[in-house]
Amino acid sequence: MLKFTLAKLARALLTILLVMSFAFIVLRLSGDPAQIMLGPDAPQDAVDAFRARWGLDDPLWQQYLAYLKQIMTFDFGISMRDQSPAIDLVLDRIPATLALTIPALLLKIAIGIPAGIYAALHRESIADRGVIMFAIFGFTIPSFVLGLVLVLIFAVTLGWLPAGGQDGWEYAILPIATMSIGGIGIFARFTRSAMIEVLGQPYIRTAMAKGLPWREVVWKHALPNAAVPIVTLLGFMVGALIAGAVVVESIFSWPGIGRLIVVSVANRDLAVVQCILLVIAASMVMANLLVDFAYGVLDPRLRHGHAAH
Amino acid sequence: MSALLQAKGLIQQYSTAKTFLGKTSTMRAVDGINLTVREGEILGIVGESGSGKSTLGRLLLGLESPFKGKILYRGHPMPEPRTAAWRKLRAEMQLIFQDPLSALDRRLTVSAQIGEPLEIHGLAAGSERAERVAELIAKVGLRQDQAGSYPHELSGGQRQRVVIARALASNPRFLVCDEPVSALDVSIQAQVVNLLRDLQDREGLTMVFISHDLKVVRNICDRVAVMYLGRIVEEASSDALFSDPRHPYTRALVSSVPKIGAGLHGRIILQGEPPNPAARPSGCAFHPRCRFADADCAATIPELERHDGRLAACRKLRHTLRPAA
Amino acid sequence: MSDTATIPAPRFISRIRLKAPFLVMLAISWLGLMIFVAIFVDLLRPYDITAMDLGARLVSVGAPGHPLGTDELGRDVFSRLLQSIRVSLVIAFCATIISALFGTTLGFLAAQFRGWVEHLVVALADFQAALPFMIMSLAVLAFFGTSIWLLVCLMGFYGWERYARIARGLAISASAQGYAAAVVQLGARPSRVYLRHILPNVASTLIVSMTLTFPEIILMESGLSFLGLGVQPPESSLGNMVGFGREYLTRAPWIMLAPSLVIVLTTLSISLLGDWLRDRLDPTTR
Repeated sequence: MLKFTLAKLARALLTILLVMSFAFIVLRLSGDPAQIMLGPDAPQDAVDAFRARWGLDDPLWQQYLAYLKQIMTFDFGISMRDQSPAIDLVLDRIPATLALTIPALLLKIAIGIPAGIYAALHRESIADRGVIMFAIFGFTIPSFVLGLVLVLIFAVTLGWLPAGGQDGWEYAILPIATMSIGGIGIFARFTRSAMIEVLGQPYIRTAMAKGLPWREVVWKHALPNAAVPIVTLLGFMVGALIAGAVVVESIFSWPGIGRLIVVSVANRDLAVVQCILLVIAASMVMANLLVDFAYGVLDPRLRHGHAAH
Repeated sequence: MSALLQAKGLIQQYSTAKTFLGKTSTMRAVDGINLTVREGEILGIVGESGSGKSTLGRLLLGLESPFKGKILYRGHPMPEPRTAAWRKLRAEMQLIFQDPLSALDRRLTVSAQIGEPLEIHGLAAGSERAERVAELIAKVGLRQDQAGSYPHELSGGQRQRVVIARALASNPRFLVCDEPVSALDVSIQAQVVNLLRDLQDREGLTMVFISHDLKVVRNICDRVAVMYLGRIVEEASSDALFSDPRHPYTRALVSSVPKIGAGLHGRIILQGEPPNPAARPSGCAFHPRCRFADADCAATIPELERHDGRLAACRKLRHTLRPAA
Repeated sequence: MSDTATIPAPRFISRIRLKAPFLVMLAISWLGLMIFVAIFVDLLRPYDITAMDLGARLVSVGAPGHPLGTDELGRDVFSRLLQSIRVSLVIAFCATIISALFGTTLGFLAAQFRGWVEHLVVALADFQAALPFMIMSLAVLAFFGTSIWLLVCLMGFYGWERYARIARGLAISASAQGYAAAVVQLGARPSRVYLRHILPNVASTLIVSMTLTFPEIILMESGLSFLGLGVQPPESSLGNMVGFGREYLTRAPWIMLAPSLVIVLTTLSISLLGDWLRDRLDPTTR
């Protein structure tokens, strides 16, 4: 177990390092960092000060090490738009994004998984077909279309809900719905196929042949085994949620990280973009680590790295 | 007869069970083999699965480089795999696989595959190539109208004929057949074995024939080497080995070949675990299963020594034979 | 090659296909229509996409001469829609090809050289899995600014790891015990082994993967364009039409609904077709 943990941690750190290097390389490739970070109108002495501070006249590998050191101390530079540290701007926005993504994730799980299990246990029923149809929508309708259609129906036509902003809980309903609807379908379909596959396994037939009640077969034998692929999907969902937040926050003028990155990209506020990049990469890596450990708990074979047959 | 190929002190080992922090255990598939393949003979290599006979075949062809030891082909060292010199040498030595279906590309026709060595080695092109392919198809006993078929449209025996035709396309001098008939129906096996025998006669090929099937080996081979856990335990002419086996393992193997009218009488049933290269017994690797073994056998590895015009590796044999000799 | 593999392909559509195979025919017809539009857009569109008619702004659907109405500058929505289909399809098509070439090449290199090359490819795939592709694209666009070729190249990095994984896996199994090993021992060079033997054998699997990547790239590009960071005006793509149409959601919803419908129908059609191909060509793929 210790080896397993160490290996996963080493990989996670390597990945973070790669993302940091990516930011460094892209920054260097895109031109003079002093000009880019400070903007074209920056006074010459500011540019010189910047060059001195970031050591831009040193050899590249020294710059790289200095850059890594800077990141380690949570110094991501200054936003050229607000003149405040980029990290503060980003941290300010995180709660708003979490206020959308966490309820959306919970909804996906709370509705998607039971719906998938139900569909798997009642194959070919009307409910099952409904789940499949819903999943098709989840996969093919982009979130910006879904969001705008929801606005068109519930805000413009019916006038039940606000179309954008952040002034109370009712403002969060449409964004959360937009983020979760597609995912619910994908979760339900995935759970359904994982369950169906497990239910076809010989050990399930054995358990039934032993005369165990059906309910017990499902809860004690089928579900724990179907949980492994579902947890995998959960890891991917974190990435999808973050990408979804970018679009959804833009549609609903929700002041979270997603909107911040879009605005910063449009303004080429590179310090902020880079900071968000690293924060997101860190949370993705963390989510993947959690998923890996969840595997360890769910699947005893994976606990001993190589012993699996 | 002069030596075509000589193996000297061949050792091949693989690492198994890589753990996270780089601890590897090694497994010796071939453990110190000296062997000479003479020009124009068919040398049989027999042994159970796990005895290292397939690895030995690949080493003799130079498909992998040995961990230790060397191979001389016509007196020259074998070039490193996948170098230009190695590729050029492929025209002279070929392998015939156990499973012909997996050895053939299922998206190319029979004639395209048979002609491939001609293209690779730049031996023939255009109408000359087509002629040569037709000639090969006839030589291995396929019909000309099968030239345009795909592998899955042929039977197992026909596929193996395609593999043989492809192997012969570049006019090789040396052929290694690795269990060439064990994937085929028994009724087809004899046909393919006879084809190989005929081809060897007509073309004067040198052949190494690897098999676990003693009946087939007895049928086709001039000389036989018996392998057990990576080492040769007995090497003799085919007649001598089958009529008068000396090593206890060879005796058990030969006694297991059914003879008409003999029933099961006289069969030696081997006791104990089948050989496992990952857990090699000390001393003579065969001692845990040997009827004659004593404490000495578990301690010292016996050398391959000359007894009555053959080679065998057994300490008991030396003790019992010495007074008589 | 990576334990953070891509989500298995959605196969839900296959069940519907069994019930109604004509859906596949519909999908093929729709895609045929889209390709036709993309090729002949110059002949088909009634107006130039930048032709403004300030006297006929936000004209409603079904107006004479403007079947899909006009936008805020009086430009014909139908003409702009046809042009957008071409731009979005061309970007997605080029990007899919780039991604397939890049991924397959890396997969073959990993299979041929193993060792550190393989580790490098795995590390790259891990890196890509650690960042949502949307975020990575935004970062690159922030640093380099927006241009259509940059967009195509960027989208070309989408989904390469799927091809790399397939190409590497199949090449290794072919080289371990099989036709590739047989051809190597005939004396063939690696280029011959990979191009003449392995590639034709894995092509059908790769094509099926392309039907998965293609709609995802369309969605990714339209998402970026919707945010105003992809295709830039005066050029128009499906996503950027939706993005600009959003301003007139209340007064002229057709500006946004028409391209939305095209996006949904196109991605749905390709998914249907891909699912069908997967069952037909390659029952072993997932």
